[in-house]
Amino acid sequence: MTQAVQSHPKLYESQKLARWYFVVAITLFSAQLIFGLIAAYQQIDPNFLFQLAPFMTNRTLHVNAMVVWLLVGMMGGVYWFLPKETGREVVGITLAKIIWWVIVAGVTVVVLVYLFVQIGPAKWTTIWFINEGREYIEAPRWADIAIVLWVAIFLFNVIATVLKARRITGILMVLIFDLVALGALYTAGMHFTVNITMDQFLWWWVIHLWVEATWEVLVGVLMAWALMYLLGTSRRLLETWLFIEVALVFGTGIIGLGHHYFWIGTPEYWLGLGGFFSALEPLPLVAMVVHAVYDAGGHRLGAVNRPAMFWVIAQAFGNFIGAGVWGFMQTLPQINMFSHGTQLAAAHGHLAFFGAYLSTVMVLVYIAAQNLRRPVRIPVSSKLWGWAAGLLILGIIGIGGAFTISGFTQTLIERAAGGSTWAAFIQAYTHPWYANTLWWRFWFGMVMLVGFVLLAVDLLTIGKHAELPKAARQPAVAAAGGGHD
Amino acid sequence: MDYGWIEIAVAAIFVSVVITLVLSRGAGWLSWRFWRNAMVVSSTVMILVLLWLSFDTAAQTRPGGERLAPWTVINHEVGLKWNPEKRWQEPVVGEETGFFGRVYSPEEAYALIAKGKLVVQSRNCMECHTLLGNGAYYAPDLTRAWLDPWWEERVMPIVGAQSHEEAMRTWLMNPPKYPQGKRRMPNLGLSEEEATALVAFLKWMSTIDTNGFPAYFGEMQ
Ligand code: HEM
Ligand code: HEM
Repeated sequence: MTQAVQSHPKLYESQKLARWYFVVAITLFSAQLIFGLIAAYQQIDPNFLFQLAPFMTNRTLHVNAMVVWLLVGMMGGVYWFLPKETGREVVGITLAKIIWWVIVAGVTVVVLVYLFVQIGPAKWTTIWFINEGREYIEAPRWADIAIVLWVAIFLFNVIATVLKARRITGILMVLIFDLVALGALYTAGMHFTVNITMDQFLWWWVIHLWVEATWEVLVGVLMAWALMYLLGTSRRLLETWLFIEVALVFGTGIIGLGHHYFWIGTPEYWLGLGGFFSALEPLPLVAMVVHAVYDAGGHRLGAVNRPAMFWVIAQAFGNFIGAGVWGFMQTLPQINMFSHGTQLAAAHGHLAFFGAYLSTVMVLVYIAAQNLRRPVRIPVSSKLWGWAAGLLILGIIGIGGAFTISGFTQTLIERAAGGSTWAAFIQAYTHPWYANTLWWRFWFGMVMLVGFVLLAVDLLTIGKHAELPKAARQPAVAAAGGGHD
Repeated sequence: MDYGWIEIAVAAIFVSVVITLVLSRGAGWLSWRFWRNAMVVSSTVMILVLLWLSFDTAAQTRPGGERLAPWTVINHEVGLKWNPEKRWQEPVVGEETGFFGRVYSPEEAYALIAKGKLVVQSRNCMECHTLLGNGAYYAPDLTRAWLDPWWEERVMPIVGAQSHEEAMRTWLMNPPKYPQGKRRMPNLGLSEEEATALVAFLKWMSTIDTNGFPAYFGEMQ
């Protein structure tokens, strides 16, 4: 493809806001990695920062930073593409900017409290102001309310823009339905119940119905827009695929929720229902692979943004392997009875979040990076992006592999042979297969960190004016530019 | 509930497919309209099934109901027994022995366990331990912690406690003082009242019918 630049496309206000979403997302990504490394090191040397910053604190920051940055990244993607889709500026953009900075301030406060206050007395004030103590959704209640408000404004932006533009597309229909569900599900996690069975029952409505249902559909929407931008795929084709994906994701994933209801005190019928429906959950992920590869092949990979296109394909396969294969591996009750609550879940968690969501955000940030520079370079590429992507992927494969082995050891020694007691737990984590892989995690984590640094540098420099070959510096018809003229 | 899982699964899929086909008459199966209908119908059907099952589950998981012991179970001896029909362990409740030397009324027991649940959340236990198998993998699973032979074999002698609950409470109030293995639990600053409540919560949790998880608890060496 010949080099071309688009001289002065203007950005929509919502795309300028999206830039801040991406900046914050990438910043939190670095925090996630740092706290992950500290947590990983504490498993090697349990005395490291013992009492000062205990494991639970670092792990809380690790997983909470992840949830927030991936969500922020995907919301940034919506702000980026929405004006393109509707052909107009987003309605209520001032409000969107105000709530955004409120959220940034709020996240900062929450992080500082996690880090320095950590825990509190067994009182309501702790739940409201320090930490809710439920994995992934530790955010204190006041922050929960801020988050709901934020999602509500976001939803308002989308719906109001669609109404004002008098244009509804299949993609927008799916997006609106999905965002309503996503926001509503979050409130299922905002309550205190003494009965831990009901507590976890609803906790999973947030965790599972987010990552295995509503987030998966949000990714479908974002990928449809990304493919339209990158390859110019036809809307009809993209929308039909999107519908197939949603039909399969919701058709299997909603009752597939039952694979988390095997052992928490819930009735026996969940063993069958959860096992059956969740075993079908990889189907839509296969469909997504076929879709991405089909589209890319159809256009001979002639994308306007090389790194973004790479991450589209990485996402399709990563989602299938991390969520589909590693999830399926432990989803049948006869297997889960022994693997449940072992690091096999952590292996799956790493591979799935990376494959499905981190990769999606990479697609989005690279598309934004391309269009934030003046003049916009088409196609865009760089020397660094391949190294960054390669190291990040190598890192996650190493970490996922290490957790798979330690999880396997735990399954065998602690659960199957040991009867899951405290003594059996110690037997498992001191077993060489477990103990040795702790180092792999740490060093592959370091590889990831290097990948991250390269990524950050690349995002700051890709498509810069100086890199441009002279001959290419001519105004061109934008293939499908991110902005408008 | 009168329906088995196979009936529910088959019915949910059958209904989704039939409604989709009826709504999409005249549209080919590869068309935009067919899949839009499939998407709307399957999502709606599955959401309805989930809501229905959730009400049923909520009814069965009331403390004192079919699957969860009443709060006052803390006054009793509790344990696990092999169920030969299901071929897994089930919780059993024995005679009344009291908890920390006294018998709690239903209201008192509820208040104590509620406090214990607040301890669990305020100290972020779940980011090191798993509870009912969910959480983090730095420390042992707590589902059956109350029933762990380790308390009597190892902890009771070293903390110098007279009873099971006493051993747990003393240990939990200052775990680094009595390290068990390479990984240590930090001192989470529990007051005596909080530690008592926490032990009550753990005892109650150990009587939840978890369909046999974790398998063969405490039966292996
Ligand atoms: C992108 C999608 C997905 C993500 C991000 C994801 C993430 C996770 C995470 C983080 C956990 C651990 C939860 C905890 O801390 O307790 C988990 C558990 C689990 N996931 Fe997924 N998951 C995804 C899709 C799937 C799919 C498609 C399947 C099934 C085919 C699946 C099967 C499971 C199972 C069975 C568990 C429970 C493990 C246990 O018993 O401990 N997941 N998932
Ligand atoms: C520097 C790289 C990283 C290191 C060293 C690291 C290390 C860790 C460690 C030690 C844990 C705690 C496991 C346990 O409880 O035993 C953990 C949990 C987790 N990490 Fe990472 N991590 C890294 C990067 C990532 C990335 C990039 C993602 C996702 C995109 C991720 C997602 C998760 C999730 C979802 C969990 C919770 C797993 C579960 O509960 O099953 N981590 N990580």
